[in-house]
Amino acid sequence: MAAARSLPHRHFDALIIGAGGAGLNAALRLAAADLRVAVVSKVFPTRSHTVAAQGGVNAALANALPDNWHWHMFDTVKGSDYLGDQDAIETMCREAIPTVYELEHAGVPFSRLDNGRIYQRAFGGQSQNFGGEQAARTCAAADRTGHAILHTLYQQNLRAKTHFFDEHFAVDLIRDDEGVTLGALVLDIESGEPLIIESKTTLLATGGHGQVYRTSTNAFINTGDGMAMALRVGGPLQDMEFYQFHPTGVAGKGMLITEAARGEGGYLINSEGESFMERYAPNALDLASRDVVSRSIVTEIREGRGCGPNKDYVLLKVDHLGADVVHQRLPGITDICRVFLGIDPAKAPMPVFPTAHYAMGGIPTDRHARVVAPARHGPEEVVPGLYAAGECACVSVHGANRLGGNSLLDILVFGRAAGTDILSYVTENPHHRSMRDAHLEPAIARLARWERQGEGERVADVKAELRRLMEDHCGVFRDQATMAEGVEKLKALRERIEGVRLRDHSQTFNTARIEALELDNLVDVGMATLMSALHRDESRGAHSRVDYPQRDDERWMKHSLYLREDDRMDYKPVRTKPLTVDSFPPKPRVY
Amino acid sequence: MNDRDAREIKRLQWQCRRGMLELDLLLNHFLQHGYAELDSDARQAFERLLGMQDQILQDWLIGQAIPADAELTALIARIRAAIRTAP
Repeated sequence: MAAARSLPHRHFDALIIGAGGAGLNAALRLAAADLRVAVVSKVFPTRSHTVAAQGGVNAALANALPDNWHWHMFDTVKGSDYLGDQDAIETMCREAIPTVYELEHAGVPFSRLDNGRIYQRAFGGQSQNFGGEQAARTCAAADRTGHAILHTLYQQNLRAKTHFFDEHFAVDLIRDDEGVTLGALVLDIESGEPLIIESKTTLLATGGHGQVYRTSTNAFINTGDGMAMALRVGGPLQDMEFYQFHPTGVAGKGMLITEAARGEGGYLINSEGESFMERYAPNALDLASRDVVSRSIVTEIREGRGCGPNKDYVLLKVDHLGADVVHQRLPGITDICRVFLGIDPAKAPMPVFPTAHYAMGGIPTDRHARVVAPARHGPEEVVPGLYAAGECACVSVHGANRLGGNSLLDILVFGRAAGTDILSYVTENPHHRSMRDAHLEPAIARLARWERQGEGERVADVKAELRRLMEDHCGVFRDQATMAEGVEKLKALRERIEGVRLRDHSQTFNTARIEALELDNLVDVGMATLMSALHRDESRGAHSRVDYPQRDDERWMKHSLYLREDDRMDYKPVRTKPLTVDSFPPKPRVY
Repeated sequence: MNDRDAREIKRLQWQCRRGMLELDLLLNHFLQHGYAELDSDARQAFERLLGMQDQILQDWLIGQAIPADAELTALIARIRAAIRTAP
């Protein structure tokens, strides 16, 4: 490995790590203001996971039904199970409206109503007048909103002359002795050559970490890289115990089987052919809430009534509905089953298991997307020069549970907010700070560690074990004993990473090296998730514990903070005071 | 597999990293279990396919649309067959 002194350096005003919607929206704002902007993306930018977001983006435009940003705010606070920060939620819901219009003007082809206005569809959790009738708040570009937004932002960034480092992997952040972020060490995946990017400001926009679970809807790229980088420079991760699962993913693969399958009359059965939801939810049956259905499936499997040779899934039946209904009303499911399982769901049941989908937690930030951490003057001191936005961040607008249509909104609003704040930061701090070799050493040491030769365990084997461990010990079935055992197993696995070796030490397109660096990241975010979940002994939003089934506002109206040093937990209060309106106090979350 | 093939597969492996899980699964599986048997024309077609946008690839591979290019259509059929038959 090259000595720090001999590595090439490039200089920019802003470094953005990740090229999904958050990163590209920030980059566009900065490049349009003539800042020198570098975007580092480990894959070609339009292959970022934003492309997979189908649903749409919420904004109270009131095009289809009456609406108001304040109603949107109420729904988001309630959806968050009152753990969301109300100043950030107010910001997001107000900014949603100009954000959607800005995207429209940038060229996003939103679907239209007959009168020419942007089409808006109704999603779950949307209400008029603070919990009244259904609202229609989600703006969509057919069923490919994420794709349309990502491609539009990418094209606009090319026009604004954003500098893209495609297929470059960010290894670690570089900081000086005062804790100011100076940039990052990145690796050119094609050549294997390291590069130092020096920047006045750095934005982490690396997306989620669904790959930490065996069964996930997330693409392979979602390995929590930015979250782990933040941890390694001593920062906390916030509310990592809150992870959204869908009850029915294709077993062993992860793709979503939409709730429409059960909405149309589909039902789940175990190995004895029993429609087991009758025991867990006698009234709602298979349409009970997501967490109830998910936990019921896992309970059946844990008690030995799973299907298949390993008894590790249950079956979802729609074959009684008839081929016409299945093929016409559930075409997406039909296609997925034909391609991946070789079955026609109109004739055979589908093997399903709960699938990990979305992280509510992440790198703590304020509503300007500035990273904050506990320090001398309080729990939310700004980390100079460092920003985070999108799924890797926790601002926190989703709190304990995210509403549909709010994730694209989050990345766009807070990506833009990061851009706005970076503009003023760079005005006030116009010069690069000095970077010394000592500042580079931790990042270079991390890279060098994977150059060690010899025999050892394989990355793929340890990764598979980690994903299984997280699914078994911190998935939808959570209690003290299961998670405490998981923490011990994960600590042991983490120690084994030292003994893992690469077989391939070549330079060009050494994907094995990238997968090893990703494994480091997954282990760190896995531990953050498990530790946070173990310590929160209540059920709130997506964090559902069988041994503590109730929400406990007296003890737990607070954010969890996990720190990598000594696997320490810390806590900070929820920001319950909005900017201009009254607080929404906690109430039972019933729909 | 010779060294040149091995290098080529590593390069393609990164091109098979996409924004959607379905594409990751189909393309990576084919690269490991079908690509080696392709002739040079079909390998070029595979490169062409990887140059497509994710959403278009998704439509083709999941079966919601068919490409105008007959070579790509044939290749897509092989990729879809591979995910069900190979180990």
